[in-house]
Amino acid sequence: MPRQYVPILVFAVLAMAFPAVTLVLFKYIRPDSRATGAKLKPYECGIPPEGDARGRYSVRFYIVAILFVIFDVETIFLFPWAVLFSTREEGYRLTPIYGLASMFVFLGILIIGYVWLYRKGALEWV
Amino acid sequence: MNVIMPYVLPVLFALVIVALLPLLAGYIVLVERKVMADMQVRLGPMRVGPHGLLQPIADAVKLLLKEDIIPENADRLVFWGAPLISVTAAMLALAALPIGPFFQIADLNIGLLFILGVSSLGIFGIVLGGWASNSHYSLLGALRSAAQLVSYETSAGLAIVGALLLAGTLSTRGIVQAQSATGWWFIFVAPVGFFIYLVASIAETNRAPFDMPEAESELVAGYMTEYSGFRWALYFLAEYTNMIVVASIATTLFLGGWLRPFANTPLFNFLDYLPPLLMLGVAGYCFWRAPKQPVAVQKMFMVAVGLLCIALTLALAMPLAAPAGSLLASSKAGIHGAFWFLFKVAAYIYVFMWLRFTFPRYRFDQLMRLGWQFLVPLSIVNVMGMGLGLALHRQLNWPAAPALILGIVLTLAAGAYLLATGEKHEHPRVGEEEETSVDA
Repeated sequence: MPRQYVPILVFAVLAMAFPAVTLVLFKYIRPDSRATGAKLKPYECGIPPEGDARGRYSVRFYIVAILFVIFDVETIFLFPWAVLFSTREEGYRLTPIYGLASMFVFLGILIIGYVWLYRKGALEWV
Repeated sequence: MNVIMPYVLPVLFALVIVALLPLLAGYIVLVERKVMADMQVRLGPMRVGPHGLLQPIADAVKLLLKEDIIPENADRLVFWGAPLISVTAAMLALAALPIGPFFQIADLNIGLLFILGVSSLGIFGIVLGGWASNSHYSLLGALRSAAQLVSYETSAGLAIVGALLLAGTLSTRGIVQAQSATGWWFIFVAPVGFFIYLVASIAETNRAPFDMPEAESELVAGYMTEYSGFRWALYFLAEYTNMIVVASIATTLFLGGWLRPFANTPLFNFLDYLPPLLMLGVAGYCFWRAPKQPVAVQKMFMVAVGLLCIALTLALAMPLAAPAGSLLASSKAGIHGAFWFLFKVAAYIYVFMWLRFTFPRYRFDQLMRLGWQFLVPLSIVNVMGMGLGLALHRQLNWPAAPALILGIVLTLAAGAYLLATGEKHEHPRVGEEEETSVDA
């Protein structure tokens, strides 16, 4: 099985090397940058930049990240279930009713959590 | 020798993809500009090459030679590396996608999982780039972008689960073969899943009407604000590669991959003659227009494009003319498969452009609401509906059609309910307005 990953590894190296090599190579071809002063400042619509951007930002982004972890992990758990539910390989396929029931229980718990989140307003971007 | 042989072809495909992808992305940009111009009743790029056909080359040269600015407060290493991560992640997803039954770098048994995992690594490139720029616009753009990608990733993944239920395998080739076996593309069996994936994939590629991270009027250019020259071009390349990737996933999962329309019906075998005739038509148009170009170089380029189309016509027509059983005739599946796959990918990308020029941009809170309060529950219900339909079909021996249609109807009912409750939410009656936000 790992044999199939060799071309992918080569592809990954190529995909990484192409932009990196072009970036480095053209450094020697294009004129040197002589940017000074305001040109090197971050762009803030022409006014001198106000402080630095390492400050704090809205807590909503953290909530979205946490929600993502919950729901994406749940999606990943559904992948093997979906494959086992319909696989064509003999002996591995779940009994339809058992597969369906286990999925309904799993998603049911998730839906309860979803409704709770909804009621709490965690899904609102306010 | 036998140790190396199995690797030669896949590595060759890898080289071809890495070499052609930037060119392809450049031409998608040109096509997008042309389509936009056409929808706005103007001509679009016309100066560089005939009908602007050399514009992508000129743009590439310009971007490669542009001044390379790194802001003084930026984190230089991360600033340097972030676009590379984006490009690599976007390209790597193409490794497991079958461009025809023959052109595929690797047919992994976890194909789809690999594609999803690798392509979501691109978020790192965006967030790191925005953070490293040390600019408020970049940071906010990156955060928004990450929040948006992450929100729609969930519904896209669940929509894919719906199609997996029908295929029963994660291997991309196996998914297309499953569609070939039943003769029904999964878009007809799981239309709701396709709709969810379409919306989610637009949001995931940060395109209008969900191009929030790059909302010019709010955040300049989002996470790319401080990037210029070739680094900016790398982000652009990553974005268009991502478009190709999501279009390829949708093609493989829902639109029958490399299969011709009506592949199992001998009555429609005349469709095999469509690809060479189409290419011949384009070639004829090029030759007809070539003498009318104003400059000698443009005439030559037009003829060259015509000759390229003639070569493609020959490549597509020869397997059809060759006697059955010969090597050429057996290459038909590979060549025609690649044509149909790319044709469907192009159609999907065209729909992207069409939507972009049709719909106004969403507001960020509307975008998050659509993602979390409509698409996520709808896709969960979609998985349950598909599962229910299939279980009825398999356990109680219902015929497939009514069982699946029952699932779809239940899903649509849930969708209507979600829309109705969402509507109430979106337009609260006077006196019960919610606080409006000012941040982010």
